Amino acid sequence: MTDRGRTFFDKIWDQHLVGQRTDGRELVYIDRHVLHDLHAPHAFGKLAQAGRKLRRPDLTFSMQDHSVSVQPGRTDDTYADGAVFVRAMREGSAKNGVRVFDLGDPDQGISHVVAPELGLVLPGATHAVPDSHACTVGGLGALAFGCGTTELEHILATQVITLFRPKRMRVNLLGSLGADVAGKDVALAVIAKLGVAGGRGFAIEFAGSVARALPIEGRLTLCNLTIEMGSRSGFIAPDDATFNWIKGRPFAPDSAQWDQALAHWRTLFTDADALFDKEIDVDCSDLAPQITWGTEPSQVIGIDGRVPDPSKLEVDKRGPAERAIAYMGLEPGAAIEGLPVGRVFIGSCTNSRLPDLEIAASIVKGRKVAPGVTAWAVPGSSQVKRDAEARGLDRIFKEAGFLWGESGCSMCAGTNGDMGQAGERVLSTTNRNFENRQGRGVRTHLVGPALAAAAAVTGCITDVRKL
Amino acid sequence: MQPFTTLSGPAMPMIEDDINTDQIAPLQLSKGLTPDWGALLFKRQRMNADGSDNGHVLNKPQYKSPAILVANENFGCGSSRESAVWCLIGAGIRCVIARSIADIFRENCLLNGLLPIELSGAEMDRLQALVTEIDGAQPFSVDLPAQSVRAPNGDTFAFEISDSDKTRLLEGLDEVGLTMKHESEIVAFEDKMRATMPWTQEARDRRR
Repeated sequence: MTDRGRTFFDKIWDQHLVGQRTDGRELVYIDRHVLHDLHAPHAFGKLAQAGRKLRRPDLTFSMQDHSVSVQPGRTDDTYADGAVFVRAMREGSAKNGVRVFDLGDPDQGISHVVAPELGLVLPGATHAVPDSHACTVGGLGALAFGCGTTELEHILATQVITLFRPKRMRVNLLGSLGADVAGKDVALAVIAKLGVAGGRGFAIEFAGSVARALPIEGRLTLCNLTIEMGSRSGFIAPDDATFNWIKGRPFAPDSAQWDQALAHWRTLFTDADALFDKEIDVDCSDLAPQITWGTEPSQVIGIDGRVPDPSKLEVDKRGPAERAIAYMGLEPGAAIEGLPVGRVFIGSCTNSRLPDLEIAASIVKGRKVAPGVTAWAVPGSSQVKRDAEARGLDRIFKEAGFLWGESGCSMCAGTNGDMGQAGERVLSTTNRNFENRQGRGVRTHLVGPALAAAAAVTGCITDVRKL
Repeated sequence: MQPFTTLSGPAMPMIEDDINTDQIAPLQLSKGLTPDWGALLFKRQRMNADGSDNGHVLNKPQYKSPAILVANENFGCGSSRESAVWCLIGAGIRCVIARSIADIFRENCLLNGLLPIELSGAEMDRLQALVTEIDGAQPFSVDLPAQSVRAPNGDTFAFEISDSDKTRLLEGLDEVGLTMKHESEIVAFEDKMRATMPWTQEARDRRR
């Protein structure tokens, strides 16, 4: 051991290191394990088949989010094909003694929204979810791992995950953000710079003045998109803003334990002389609100920008760009602003928290959804929904002509049947603009809530700064 | 899981970057907990909207039961869905060769007995050209103990894999069993945390 300082990541990893297997993999203890209905039923089945017990039901929680309808008044069967997942989740959770945040539960919602909101996940904690967007909770200074079903089963049985230690990257977000620019825009700008595979093999720490200035919800949004950089884990070291945000949450430590936890959390930062395997700077000062033009999250431009001309791109980017432009129905070199929009979706683990809805509502207020546009606002959790309703946001959305939904993943992954129509141009506050993800032939543009709301009321892609 | 030693069969070319797990396993098109995973493989992109054949490589008769899939950069990116691996295996594919493979997908491969191979540079150029040229007419073979891929013309391609991943695939190890050899360390860790950082070992709803 040298006496060189350690990164934030290494401090958490080392503290959770249980041992090393003979195959060289390190056993990393998982403090909190949050499951969802799309993948957990298979793992419950495998666990039962192997005759294994769930080791720590008290540290494990089940969320119903992927397969549930978000229509007002929903039941298990509102989305008929989802009911089998919802019921299997309920039964598997009950059989294994795991608390399930079920339909109708005041704390039901999207895993990555509910876990921070309830204080299930805490700074310095390790967190696993059978979902690639597990990285979201890195916004609280937690170390999270998205995993597959077999890994999920392994964690259920052992409470550890077996990994080789990733490399470390730091992304320094410099400058300060302009008007109508938020966490989503920063994340898209970083993906544009790093590419969708640039983070592969790394754990990414976001640092710098912009990371510090982001509100916690914005940090959650930024970290949510780490997987879209190819990295499994992204995080921002916690600070006073984090501690204030987490204090008093239902599952957060209280009284004497709070002071003890706080003293520990204050040691969790990257030492000044710690080394990273890779470090990049992204100056965010002149960042316009960002929008994806293509079919992967790195195909990004500013809202005032133009669709690239593939012939002017690097050779290896031409083919994919041509294909994306064809799929998206775009003209090379044309302005992105002004394109007509058929559908707007505000929601998902990326952008469905109260500040997201407040930004969108501030734009929608006093306006109407443009003719021919279908617009949905889907809160990330039942708590977010109540908070929004207490502020009258539901009325603003409904009076404008939005659907005001119940909480769930909805159109993000479309695994609850919520999809757009072929050829439809959709402005979506979600995380993946892959071909066909939101329905066959659907043309998804990823944006933050401000651009989504602006498009809903104008009927076309609009620079919100001009509204 | 099914151990992996050697494999021989058609190698199917999909020489593209960033083939994501939504494409591999379009879950929106499946129903129930245990659909026909093999039939779901690339289902959205291998047919037209009306369900007719769109000429996708997987629809060619020689790839009715492909053994190897050859792609380009960043194969398996996106969602962590393990069903992407189940779809590949369901269709008969037990080996993916790409220039790079996404982290979570690669882990899912190793846990299901699907061999993920990364090849780069001119070696990969050559393999991709051969796979495209042969187009399923003759079998390629993969030998994990020897860490080599063999083309029908006799050309071989050596690949790297860590000893631990190799053992994992060769022996089809019981992962949970392997970890539970360390149960006393897990228990000791939990005891230590209860004493030093008790909030990490209890997730109590303070409203109740």
